[in-house]
Amino acid sequence: MTITHDLLVWLSKSFGLFYLIGLSLIVLVYTYWPANQKPFKQAARAILDDDDKPYRG
Amino acid sequence: MVAELTKNERQAALIILLALAVTGLAMAAGGRGDPLGVHGALVLVAAIGGIFAVIGGYYAPEPPADRLDSYYDSPTKFGIIAAMVWAVIGMAVGDWVAWLLAYPEWTFDAAWASFGRLRPVHTSGVIFGFGGNALIATSFYVMQRTSRARLPDQLTPWFVLLGYNLFCVVAATGYLMGVTQSKEYAEPEWYADIWLVIVWVTYFVLYLRTLNRRKEPHIYVSNWYYMAFVLVVAMLHIVNNLAVPVSWGEAKSYSLFSGVQDAMTQWWYGHNAVAFFLTSGFLGMMYYYMPKRAGRPIYSYRMSIISFWGITFFYMWVGSHHLHYTALPQWVQSLGMTFSVMLLVPSWVSAGNALMTLNGAWHKVRDDAVLRFMMVAAVFYGLSTFEGSFMAIRPVNALSHYTDWTIGHVHAGVLGWVAMITFGAIYASVPWLWKRDGMYSAKLVEAHFWLALAGTIIYVFAMWNSGIIQGLMWRTYNESGTLAYSFVDSLVAMHPYYIARAVGGAFFLLGAIIGFYNIWMTIRTAAQAQAQASPDYSVVGVDIPAVQPGE
Repeated sequence: MTITHDLLVWLSKSFGLFYLIGLSLIVLVYTYWPANQKPFKQAARAILDDDDKPYRG
Repeated sequence: MVAELTKNERQAALIILLALAVTGLAMAAGGRGDPLGVHGALVLVAAIGGIFAVIGGYYAPEPPADRLDSYYDSPTKFGIIAAMVWAVIGMAVGDWVAWLLAYPEWTFDAAWASFGRLRPVHTSGVIFGFGGNALIATSFYVMQRTSRARLPDQLTPWFVLLGYNLFCVVAATGYLMGVTQSKEYAEPEWYADIWLVIVWVTYFVLYLRTLNRRKEPHIYVSNWYYMAFVLVVAMLHIVNNLAVPVSWGEAKSYSLFSGVQDAMTQWWYGHNAVAFFLTSGFLGMMYYYMPKRAGRPIYSYRMSIISFWGITFFYMWVGSHHLHYTALPQWVQSLGMTFSVMLLVPSWVSAGNALMTLNGAWHKVRDDAVLRFMMVAAVFYGLSTFEGSFMAIRPVNALSHYTDWTIGHVHAGVLGWVAMITFGAIYASVPWLWKRDGMYSAKLVEAHFWLALAGTIIYVFAMWNSGIIQGLMWRTYNESGTLAYSFVDSLVAMHPYYIARAVGGAFFLLGAIIGFYNIWMTIRTAAQAQAQASPDYSVVGVDIPAVQPGE
């Protein structure tokens, strides 16, 4: 099979378009998912802790 | 360094070094009369040096078990010093070639001192030597802190750092001998490329192993950016460097690609090197060090995630904007242009997020030059990403391409953004790593900041001016419809700007030298203070980090 210009254009206008829209939706849903907000906030604050030791438990 | 390795790790180190020595010997023997032989000898000498070092420390007592109660920072310390050494080398050569452009006769009639051989020493020296070492060093630091887990072993980080620096030395010495694939930012030949793949895959696996040991449920966003950098650079490096060597005994190889496919592969690589080497990793650095230094959490964690995926999706497609008006199909050019314009959104989200983080801490930015380095970096990140999207628009590119505007744009990015954020991160980490209250001299940090900023502005303005004048001269026609200016006319017009550029570069270089001195003095005084505090220090500690820079 030879990859023609038309085939690539068709691919990028169909699959490529929906693939990028799909990925964007997944990212937005993940980012705004209510259950994720707490871990995000916690992660943002956790780096400010000055306990400069690895956790060993 | 060796004293920090366990017995098993010392044995493993010896095996690796012996394998490396055998490889070097084979290269030296097989590549007689070719630059490959010289590199074989270099690898052999490096391996033998390593073997002596390991044997010298082989019977030292095993590291104490309580080492696991602290993070493993010796590799980070080494990486920071290596980054500063490469910064001085890379920037000095950069300024040298800048003067060569103003005064081309300064080549001493020597092949190695020609512009074509020295320029990649500059680009690789600053991108891979300075930037790469800084990224690896800070990533070790950040991955451990954000995971609350120590590196899984002591040997792998050293393999990654020392192996990476061996690659950098092979690359730079190769350029001076005329060894090059003639692919921008991918000049090293096949054998160096294979070595880098080994080192890089080890680095990626080390990252995954550390994250696997993490005690934090969520992986902090800096790690995403660092991992994108490691993973994508591996992918780019492998594909763009697919080549067949002329023989096992020769440095020269031929790329698997030819013609327009070669150009497209190269610029897919080239722009993603900018994206994932010079942006993604440094954003990872910024998302850790800036909130840490400002004492405030990142303004919006959600924005950092969205911009991460935006940058990752979009950057992959923009490489073709380097090939506007070429044999590349028009639609591929349009694709690259469109994605470049869209890329402005995640880029400005990142820059905005950084500046909003500082909102409410402006008094700290005013008083603290280290934080100011980071603030200026975020501003230049915003400026140069806007400029990049703008220049990728085809009609704009018609004016800017092949002119010094491109050089100005690149340096707004690398001096203003990449180097500034790196200096900020290094100045922040040095006192933390060497357990000091602050840098040796806050005044010298200030001096470095202003020299760096002045140098960047002089450089970028010189290149904007010369680039636009060049672009306009090349497209000015007279009444009879022929070009009004010859190429040499435009070259003569560039001369004053080339001098200004070299002066700007000298400012920036001077700042880096001052920074290196300041870091060196911080480490030295740290060592003295520690030595006074514990009289049996030399017996217990074998103070590796402070000794390394002298090696």
